[in-house]
Amino acid sequence: MEFFRFKRDIPFMSYARTTTLISLVTFLLSVFFLFTKGLNLGVEFTGGTVIEVHYQQSAEPAKAQAALVNAHITDSSVQNFGTSQDLIIRMPLKEGLSSAQLSETVLSALRADAPAVELRRVEFIGPQVGKELVTDGTIALTLVCLGIMAYLAFRFEWRFAVAAIIANLHDVVIILGFFAFFQWEFSLTVLAAVLSVLGYSVNESVVVFDRIRENFRKYKKLSVAEIINNAITATMSRTIITHGCTELVVLSMLFFGGETLHNFALALTIGIVFGIYSSVLVSSPIVLWLGATREHFIKVEPAPGEGTADASS
Amino acid sequence: MNRYPRWKYITILLILLLGVVYSIPNFFGEVPAVQVSPATSVAQVDQALLTRVESTLKDGSIPYDGVIFDSNGIKVRVRDNDTQLKAKDALQASLGSSYTVALNLLSATPNWLQSVGALPMYLGLDLRGGVHFLMQVDMKAALNKQLDRQTNDIRNKLRDEKIPLAGVSRDGTTLIVKFKDADTRDQGLEALRKTLRDVTVTSLDDGRLQLVQTPVALKAIQDQAIQQNMLTLRNRVNELGVAEPVIQQQGPDRVVVQLPGVQDTAKAKDILGRTASLEIHLVDDEHMDGQTLAAAARGLVPPGDDYYTSNRDGEPMLVKKLSVLTGEDISGASAGYDQSNQPAVHVNMDTRGARIFGQVTRDNVGKRMAIILIEKGHGEVITAPVIREPINGGQVQITGRMSVKDANDISLLLRAGALAAPMEIIEERTIGPSLGAENIDKGVHSVLWGFVAITVFMMIYYRRMGLFSAAALGANLLLLVAMLSMLQATLTLPGIAAIALTVGMAIDANVLINERIREELRAGHSPHAALSAGYSRAFATILDSNVTNFIAGMALFAYGTGPVRGFAVVLCLGILTSMFSAILVSRALVNLSYGRQRKLAGISI
Repeated sequence: MEFFRFKRDIPFMSYARTTTLISLVTFLLSVFFLFTKGLNLGVEFTGGTVIEVHYQQSAEPAKAQAALVNAHITDSSVQNFGTSQDLIIRMPLKEGLSSAQLSETVLSALRADAPAVELRRVEFIGPQVGKELVTDGTIALTLVCLGIMAYLAFRFEWRFAVAAIIANLHDVVIILGFFAFFQWEFSLTVLAAVLSVLGYSVNESVVVFDRIRENFRKYKKLSVAEIINNAITATMSRTIITHGCTELVVLSMLFFGGETLHNFALALTIGIVFGIYSSVLVSSPIVLWLGATREHFIKVEPAPGEGTADASS
Repeated sequence: MNRYPRWKYITILLILLLGVVYSIPNFFGEVPAVQVSPATSVAQVDQALLTRVESTLKDGSIPYDGVIFDSNGIKVRVRDNDTQLKAKDALQASLGSSYTVALNLLSATPNWLQSVGALPMYLGLDLRGGVHFLMQVDMKAALNKQLDRQTNDIRNKLRDEKIPLAGVSRDGTTLIVKFKDADTRDQGLEALRKTLRDVTVTSLDDGRLQLVQTPVALKAIQDQAIQQNMLTLRNRVNELGVAEPVIQQQGPDRVVVQLPGVQDTAKAKDILGRTASLEIHLVDDEHMDGQTLAAAARGLVPPGDDYYTSNRDGEPMLVKKLSVLTGEDISGASAGYDQSNQPAVHVNMDTRGARIFGQVTRDNVGKRMAIILIEKGHGEVITAPVIREPINGGQVQITGRMSVKDANDISLLLRAGALAAPMEIIEERTIGPSLGAENIDKGVHSVLWGFVAITVFMMIYYRRMGLFSAAALGANLLLLVAMLSMLQATLTLPGIAAIALTVGMAIDANVLINERIREELRAGHSPHAALSAGYSRAFATILDSNVTNFIAGMALFAYGTGPVRGFAVVLCLGILTSMFSAILVSRALVNLSYGRQRKLAGISI
């Protein structure tokens, strides 16, 4: 079975202006939403208390909220979590009240209404921990970018490194934009997803770049744009199949993984879709515009076995 | 050209076999057990204890499936949860308080597997339920306490040597010792020389000594404070009877406490979160008139004194600022009754404590001594008895309007040791056991269905080559689980997500290879040449793309905390195992299946 079989190279580079424009618009929209709406940061980052409780019958957030107000907890937010029997209660940091006391107070307030409430999870994060996580997250993101750039500059050329990082940071910003627009909770696991998308979607650029390099050596007469077109067309099938397979697993997490993995899977899905788009239609044009030429690779010693291949398409 | 030498097949087979051996313990599940471990340093784990445990179980006619004896304690395997509870109660009653009896779960892995070190993965708290705390030690308070202690030592030493002292004052971490003139100062310096280690001493004019803590000393104080706190936490956890507690230092001033499987989280929090410490101060009866007390209540405390109230009736009291003794000098405590059958706490002191206590009580007969429980920077007087006679030998009985529960609580806190410095919970995660079990289910289902979907797709799309790819993916999963079990890594829900993601990303290598082979075939190469070229051409690309993933994984590991770190470990290991299985295992299968046919008509791809 074969889904993709191209007789001729698709002239991706002649659409480059349009595709990068689309990218730019999505990117700017994401930035806009990030600034106007902001991320709905999880308790890990903001500090505060989250309590998850399980009811025997279906639970009513409004009733639970009222019970909490009776117990003088006025600034909580109560929502259903996953199923109708589970509630999640979020509370901001409070001076002078320990998490132990808070969760006890909450639980006894809820038990006044429904005695069979079961405590499922308490998460309390102090203010200093949250701040550290934001710093550590930023450092991790920067390190990943620098590390990948250094590797690509070493394996290929600086133009490729710059192009790949621009394309992939654009993916990251778009994921964040989605999270800002829909106000999905941005938790620590989502951050992990974002960072792995960064590593994963650079993959995609690397595969295309590898082909471009190979083509430079193989086809002496083609223009740079034609070489890139051929590289993208040749790797197209692999791109779709691989990402399709990864997406199968991600969908499996989305359906079976429950509430905790839900946003993780969402972030990965957005990352995969935009990852394909950006590495094919954003990073390659940037390589072209940055002026990559055959000469950049002639200096490089051809790897053994690679010089013998003949034109294949 | 598509042949492997025999040793290569054998090596690959052996590695896969090891993978099977080290990953199967995860499928045996767990059986309930009761764990007996020593609660005090004198309690022995020996043959006698084993006999005692066994006879206790026999006397109570409690059935058990096996007894495991090692240097840490004794574990008794039982059939079900009811028997487990019965066994625990019987053993605790028979062994008393010098042993901790805790409920535990043991792997049902057969012994021969355990003997080669094949154990199941360690489940994180989000999978098995339990409590996680991150506690921050208040280093400033630890420093203050140490400086108080030093001040005390200086006073005592000078008093012993009969050198008059004009006063000790404090400025930050610098102590200024005042003498009446330069001569006395020099005498004092001579006397103190031995006591003052790790301190830079400068003689100032007008008969003062300046003591500055060296950086080494400051670091030592911090280290000691955190060590002492960890010891105390460990003791308190022992009182709770938790099977496999984790108490670890994190950074210079933080402690992680994890109590897996704890059901009564409220009690755990209460006992651990108590930052209580005990201090004994002399009561300043000379200044205690109504006027001074009223002023002190408004915050105008006479210099050198502290203002406290009693925990019973709120009676106000002025005590000397310098403590006579602190919890560190206490070596043991138990709850009991005094002569008149009132609840009491019996306290034993160490040698240093006994000596100081003897001296102070000798010097202060007829005066009152306040025993103060300090909790979260707020102190309360438990009792303030009059010293009737000098108390030597370091055995003290604390009485005074306390309930039996108070006596028990106070003695537990004293026995478990005091915290060298107050601690604050800055992060807490409590996961109920049912949620943990659910998380495992969800995680396993995600991996399973993801894997099945990819396998089916690969077999339809690439036919026999797809089957090989799927087999390689299976090998990858097997090896990843085996590596995680071998390293005894802690598996968390994000970790399972990373396993799923690894499965999804590892297939990339095989897709690259298969696509390359198709391309070579289309270009008119012979099947054998296409196979060989496909593998060798795809290799560079696979390497490049895995390195970028690995970089991301390492950064996550270095800067991630808790669950994210587990995610990163799995991701990085998964990249390594996928390189092996995608390239070597699938190639071995290809070679076995196609390599022996000299004239290959076509490849099923």
